[in-house]
Order: sequence, then C-alpha cells, then structure tokens
Amino acid sequence: MVVSFFFNPDRTFIGRAQDVVLQWVTIVSGFTLVLGVFSIVRVNGRAVTRRSEDWPFKLATVVSVFAMAIPAMLPVSANTTFGRVFYSIFPQSWSSMFGTGTGSIYDWLFNYLDSPMMETMFAMLAFYIASAAYRAFRARSADATLLLLTAIIVMLWRVPMGEAFLRLFGESIPDYLNMFIMNGFNVAVQRGIIIGAALGAASMSLRVMLGIERTYMGKG
Amino acid sequence: MKNNNPHISVKTIILALSLCLCFSIFSFAQSPDSVNIHPPILTLVGDSTLDIDEGRTLVVAVSAIDLDGTVPVLTAEHLMDSVIFVDSLNGQGSLVFSPGFEQEGDYTVRIIASDGVLADTVTVAIAVNDITVFRTYRLSVLVFMLIFSGAVLLYTRWARQGKKLFVRRIPGIDAVEEAVGRATEMGKPVLFIPGISDIDDIETIAGLAILGRVARITAQYETPLYVPVRYPMILAAGQEVVEQAYLEVGRHDTYDRDTVRYVAGEQFAFTATVNGMMMRDKPAANIYMGAFFAESLLLAETGNAAGSIQIAGTARPEQLPFFIAACDYTLMGEELYAASSYLSHEPLLLGGLKGQDFVKVIIVAVIILGVILMSFDAGEWLKNLFVVP
Repeated sequence: MVVSFFFNPDRTFIGRAQDVVLQWVTIVSGFTLVLGVFSIVRVNGRAVTRRSEDWPFKLATVVSVFAMAIPAMLPVSANTTFGRVFYSIFPQSWSSMFGTGTGSIYDWLFNYLDSPMMETMFAMLAFYIASAAYRAFRARSADATLLLLTAIIVMLWRVPMGEAFLRLFGESIPDYLNMFIMNGFNVAVQRGIIIGAALGAASMSLRVMLGIERTYMGKG
Repeated sequence: MKNNNPHISVKTIILALSLCLCFSIFSFAQSPDSVNIHPPILTLVGDSTLDIDEGRTLVVAVSAIDLDGTVPVLTAEHLMDSVIFVDSLNGQGSLVFSPGFEQEGDYTVRIIASDGVLADTVTVAIAVNDITVFRTYRLSVLVFMLIFSGAVLLYTRWARQGKKLFVRRIPGIDAVEEAVGRATEMGKPVLFIPGISDIDDIETIAGLAILGRVARITAQYETPLYVPVRYPMILAAGQEVVEQAYLEVGRHDTYDRDTVRYVAGEQFAFTATVNGMMMRDKPAANIYMGAFFAESLLLAETGNAAGSIQIAGTARPEQLPFFIAACDYTLMGEELYAASSYLSHEPLLLGGLKGQDFVKVIIVAVIILGVILMSFDAGEWLKNLFVVP
C-alpha cells in the first residue's frame, strides 16, 4: 500500500494494488460479521440458560439481533429461486414486510426503535458535558483558573445571547475571540497534538510493518 | 390661411401628451434594458491554456464585473467528468478539475457570465498529461519517509547494541499497573476498551498492543478482564492477544474466551451496552485506549459515576478535552503509540520512540524556518514541499 502510493495505477499493477487490497479487506470483513453474531448469541445465550441476573434483557438482545436480521434477509419477490420456494409456502402479500425497503419490518424497527434510541443517547451528551464541566472547571490552581475563565468567555461567545452581551462592550469582541482564542491558541495546540500523533502513528506503523511490534497479533 | 381653430390645438396637445405618456410607460416597462446597457466583463485569473498531470487537481479562478451594478451569474458548459464549477454568487467563481488516470487528453470548457440579458464568455483549454510510471510529484513524501525510517532504524540498532536511551516518564502508563492492582484488591474487574474504530485504524492496533500488556498483568493477578468491542475483526484479534498473554504467564487455565466480546456494531448501541456493564459490574478500573468519537464523554462520565479509576488514551485532539475532564490519567496523541513500547520496557521498542523524537526535532526546526521565511514572503518553495496532491 505504501509502494502503490507512488506508482501510476493506470500504468502499473502495483499502483492498482491499493484498490484490490481494500476490496479483499471488505470481503473478509463481511465474513467476520458471523463471528460477531456467534459471540453475542453465545455470551447472552449462556446467561439466559443459566437464568443469570438480568437474563430477560439478555434474551431481548438475542431476539433483537434476529428480529432485524431475518426479515431483512427474506426475499421481497418470487423472482428468485429462494423467493419462489418461500412464496409457495407463505402468502405473496407478506412480501412488503421483508427486505430493507420502506415499510418493511427492518425499516420500521430502524426508524421507530433504533434511530430514536441512538438519538436519545446522543442528546444525553449535552447533560454529560454539563456534568463534566461542573466538576472540571474549578479554580484550584492558576492553570485551572485560566481554564475556567477561558471556558466562560468561549461559552458566552457561543450562545446568541452571550454574543449580544459581549457586543455591548465592543462590536468586534466576538470576532477577536474567534481570531485569538479559537483560531489562535486552540488551533495551534491542536496542530501540535496532531503533528505528534501523526509521527507516533507513522512510527507505530513502521514498527508493525517491520515486525518489531507484534503484540497486537498475540505474539510477544 | 391661418388656422385659428383652438379645438385642433387642444386635440393636438392631448394627442401629444398621450403619445408622451405611452412612450414613458413603454420606457419604464423596458427599464431593465435601460439599466443593463453594459455586458458583464469576465476575466480569467491566470492563463487560458493550462496543463495538468493525471491525478492532480487544477483550480481555475474567474472573476466577473458588471458596470451596471448587477452581480453576474456564472455558469460553465462542456464540463467533463471530475469537474465542478462553483459560482460564489459575488462575481467570483472557480473551476476545480481533478482528472483521473484515464482522462489523458485535451479539453475545452466555456465559462459564461450573464446579467440576464447580456453575457460574456471565456474559453479555457486544459491539457491533461499522462504521467509516467512513477508519480514524481510525490517525491517529497518518499524523502521524508526515508529520513523517518532511517532515524527509527538507527536508534533501534543503537538500542540493540545496548546503548542507554532515556525516555521520560508518562504518569498515565505508570498508572496502568496501579489501576489493575487496585481492581485486584477490590475484587472487581478491569474494563478495557480498545477504541470503537476498526482494525484498519492504527489507534486500534495501538490499543490492542496495550491490551496485550494489560492482559499479562490481569492474568498474573487473576483479575477479571472485560473487553467489549465494536467490530468482529477486533473480536478475533483481541481474543488472540488476550489468550497469548495468559499463555505467556502460564495462566491459560483461567483464560475465558468471552473476556473479549462483541457487543454492538452501532456507536451508541455500543456505548449504551458498555455503560450498562459499568453500572452493573462496577469495574474498579476503566482503560480506554484507541480511537473514540462522540461517545468518549458518555463512557468517561459513566465510569466516573461508577467510581472507577480511569485511564484514557487517544490521538483524536477533539476528544482529549473530554477525557482530561473526566478521567484520572490521559495519554495524548503520541503517548498512546508509545504506551505499548513503554510498558514492554524492551530496548528495541524504545529505540523506535527515540527515532520518532529525532524526526520531531527536525519538523520543529522546519516549522520555525518556515515561519521566518513566510514572514519575509520567501517561504512559498518550502510550503510547496509539503503539499501532496
């Protein structure tokens, strides 16, 4: 992949190697999904059979996995061999419930259960931020006080009412805040971290490619 | 004979006034024409004949003004594949062309500036050159890679020869063993999350390498270890890593395959499951090492509420503030990649760290040089060395 970065994919096979390898990765990843399903069924199934604590929730987990997967995999028409066999047993009118199209069981579960739950988790983030800020922004030392003051100013600037309040002291104060704090100090520090992280990633990649670092494969 | 009939004069006057009125109405209705008497003037910034190599990106800027005060609308014709034209709605526009490797040849694009009535056009001729086998415009990347690899290999060789290499203490990594010890004393498990990205992310590889080290410690102390993962590939790799760790310390009999478990493929489903594990099982130590996104604070705050000691490490700068606020120790950026080498105490791996630091010194020197040169408007050549198309 590193070598293919430097060669013309139109003229050389090695230039095309990157795309080919990525396709192989996608195919292999698809097979590993089966491993994931086995893991979920084994871990939760064992808890259900032993009637461990909270076993009904573990049963719900296993049922949920198959409740979404199986209807999505069933045929939506009798145009295929499997479809013909399936709809010789079940009514054709059921076809709209299967597959992943609009109105299917999968679509309903995704739109009315899965998405709202994910959005709820994401929405809770606001409250977690408030909780973490309440704990973290304490004037315990000079550095912490500086952090607290900067946080207050930036939080004021970010809300419309706060921005209007800051403009009472000067029309260009919000722009200065944006320029000096957000696009100045903040970006400078982020870039420093990114440079360090990029070098660390390159070094780690080199160690992995040369076989110096093998712990991730389970070898010492 | 003189005509003294006043009625004819009045009629004439009325007729003349009517004609004037009609003419005025007609003129008023045609007022845009009377405003738009000048066509827009469209100019190309740069040459009208351009050439570019395959695989690179060409940006052509155009500018249009209208002496009548209207803002001309910019459009483009004969656009080929991999071309986009953007009208910034202020008389400026840009044509961005990124030819693929099968688009060698000559192309012509016509750009039009119109005020609704009148228009001006500019024709741009673009020649796409077929590049040779080797992409020479990426040579700077190759040079940097060789310098970097050389430095890492040199320091690794010195380490192998027994040379003492100093590496500064990283409190977060020192705290890992302390955290596992705390969990053992309390009889509670250790929760380890190797990030929520897939195995193609180098942060996940770093997380798995640290997992191996942590698993050795938990195997020695017989502390339960939970490793929830988001991708099946990580499941397979993680199980190998943990099993090998237990084997190496001679505790394979206590190894449980379900130590590493696949919980969910969706980001927040994974987070909800792990939060539930934290609140039910109350692990004494939570170790987050890898790539995290929006769920970082959800995990860290829940772990804080469960009373766990928390050590986090990520290379994502936007997630670091959340971990710093909510965790006891945080490894920032390169410290995550150094953790595995640091925990192993192997000179060979520490040599790699020193090589990386050497290159960092070079980069800082180049940044300082670049700042000085750009201040005197003489740094364009240096900047172009680091632009990779």
